[in-house]
Amino acid sequence: MSKDYTYVITRKEKLAESIYLMDIKAPRVAAHCYPGQFVILKIDEKGERIPLTICDYDRDNGIVTIVFQALGHSTKLMAEYEVGEAFRDFTGPLGKKSELIDMPREELSKKKVLFVAGGVGAAPVYPQVKWMKENGYEPDCIIGARSKDFVILEDQIRQYANNLYITTDDGSYGMKGNVNDAIRHLVQEKGKHYDIVVAIGPMIMMKFVSLLTKELNIKTIVSMNPIMVDGTGMCGACRLTVGNEIKFACVDGPEFDGHLVNFDEAMKRLSMYKTKEGKKILREKEGETHHHKDCQIHKE
Amino acid sequence: MDKLKRVPIKEQDPSVRVNNFDEVCLGYTLDEAKEEASRCIQCKNPRCVEGCPVSINIPGFINEIVKGDIEEAFNVISKYSALPAICGRVCPQETQCEERCIRGIKGEAVAIGKLERFVADWARENNIAPKPPKEKNGIKVAVIGSGPAGLTCAKDLAELGYDVTVFEALHEPGGVLVYGIPEFRLPKEEVVKPEIENLRALGVKIETNVIIGKSVTIDELMEEEGFEAVFIGSGAGLPNFMGIPGENANGVFSANEYLTRSNLMKAFDSNYDTPIITGKKVAVVGGGNVAMDAARTALRLGADVTIVYRRSEKELPARVEEVHHAKEEGIHFMFLTNPKEILVDENGWVKGMRCVKMELGEEDQSGRRRPVEVENSDFIIEVDTVIMSLGTRPNPLISSTTHGLETNRRGCIIVDEETGQTSREGVFAGGDAVTGSATVIQAMGAGKKAAKAIHEYLLAKKR
Repeated sequence: MSKDYTYVITRKEKLAESIYLMDIKAPRVAAHCYPGQFVILKIDEKGERIPLTICDYDRDNGIVTIVFQALGHSTKLMAEYEVGEAFRDFTGPLGKKSELIDMPREELSKKKVLFVAGGVGAAPVYPQVKWMKENGYEPDCIIGARSKDFVILEDQIRQYANNLYITTDDGSYGMKGNVNDAIRHLVQEKGKHYDIVVAIGPMIMMKFVSLLTKELNIKTIVSMNPIMVDGTGMCGACRLTVGNEIKFACVDGPEFDGHLVNFDEAMKRLSMYKTKEGKKILREKEGETHHHKDCQIHKE
Repeated sequence: MDKLKRVPIKEQDPSVRVNNFDEVCLGYTLDEAKEEASRCIQCKNPRCVEGCPVSINIPGFINEIVKGDIEEAFNVISKYSALPAICGRVCPQETQCEERCIRGIKGEAVAIGKLERFVADWARENNIAPKPPKEKNGIKVAVIGSGPAGLTCAKDLAELGYDVTVFEALHEPGGVLVYGIPEFRLPKEEVVKPEIENLRALGVKIETNVIIGKSVTIDELMEEEGFEAVFIGSGAGLPNFMGIPGENANGVFSANEYLTRSNLMKAFDSNYDTPIITGKKVAVVGGGNVAMDAARTALRLGADVTIVYRRSEKELPARVEEVHHAKEEGIHFMFLTNPKEILVDENGWVKGMRCVKMELGEEDQSGRRRPVEVENSDFIIEVDTVIMSLGTRPNPLISSTTHGLETNRRGCIIVDEETGQTSREGVFAGGDAVTGSATVIQAMGAGKKAAKAIHEYLLAKKR
């Protein structure tokens, strides 16, 4: 079945329990993508359209790297695919490139940037850290995970980050605690100064990072991951309230000012299609990588 | 037979069809088509042709039906239209060809649309397809968007020998024909796909999953990939919302999202992975064809559906046939009513809609009487799902990434009306991307005009 499809898997790695990395042959996307953007993948004829952030790209070889967590029906099916097999549809790049990339160089050079990656959020953080280093900037980075086994892309990010800090909820690796504990530690105890925080991870984590950075008065960029269908702006499934405006994450984002996003509304919308069965899967699996017990999807 | 009345056409019984997504209208048999065709009086100056945006030789093809030569009838239509099985089904004939039919003065107009559909369906069932051109000129032309405008432009250019590539952002070609218009009006496998296969048979290449402005730009297509002309038929796919409180609640959808899930992603079929929320009590806000499509889709998914429209029944922009079908199927209509707020429960879900009564005031610029709120007339309707069908706008992606392409205040691409030529040399545009949301056949007419203009432009360039 999948051998007739266009978008061939050229590499597959298991990064952690149920977290996979894949290289996909997609020359048009590879030629035009930038950190911060995403793709939409459709496994086969009957599949749904799944948005996935771009983790890396190789323009010369026409390769785009994606990282995904096998949580629901579609991503679990994706995880069963092997090198040499292919997906039916793979389109992009979608969304705007990272705000940092479009910032005037002179302005960016004066900014001290801290990346905060929660769980699988390390995948979209990685290309941004890499881009900054390759363009002469020196960003710091925090990776937060549930435990040692769920820390992904550590070596890759370490290669480009000025300082890399790791936190685990259970203290099995790095600092014990969540990413906010680490931010407080760096800013309030070690006296580090940051002008911009880029936080990417589960919505609940981005919400709490934004609350903290508001208190600390640090500009914060988050990358929103609402439900999407087409990813090109034609349906509004991914709409969010930012400030007092309705925005479509797929075309106006996915990056927004974390201090303006209505996270509570966004999290409610994220739970829209969770059937009773789906909620159960989520509690069992995703619940483990979440950092906060108040998360919407933990309730009920 | 009564020559004043058209031959009746078989339809699925309303009580049956509300439980399936199969086509409502079942089409004519050969005998019925011949009988209906015999009602055409073969005018010397056929006014029906003037009413057709692609000027099909209507008496010509009808005469072939009378003679019983359906293949020839198909050849006549194919000279003008790339998508007859589709147009015969979705064109608003009552305001186009059929409106001008002489028969319509004293009785009922000839059923031109249904006859066109019969011919196209017959040709498909008998494996008759348009023939590819003998000579290719090797000149590359890019067509952006595979909706009605793009497909028509591609067909005409391919027949002139051009090497045409159509770029489509979604994973299936067809534009609104596949994501917008439901199965029960326009079957995808049986009707849309074969019509697109006919284009491939003419040598047209279709590249899906390419988002112009993101995956590649028009500038790159022209400067790096060797395309000598470009036609933009990217449509008007951006949904409008009302901007009222509660509009981001769970259970509020744009009609585009609802229809895309059901039509393109086949969410109504449990074998497909995309979910859809059915809702028990659904309100569809708006009165156009898209509103009817969304309402009738929700009904088939099991909901009790009410259309909420701010003007009166007379002003409904939807086709009469669609409104009639919707009523037959049990859709409720609430006229002169406008939503003010969507009421949300503690979990973020829609629980109701606060509406206000409207009355019609003075005529606006378009000649329609403007609806005005009646003071202190607020009331609440209980609904758990709201579908907003308030029209669409063009996507700014292409205009914002193409150098020198001018748009107007509404984001529509500015073109020369006769040629479709944009402000950028070698770049032409047509369909909803230029006019804002209109009809399938108008988009086809624009695609046709642009193909002719592109041919003339490229001929002049070679000289």
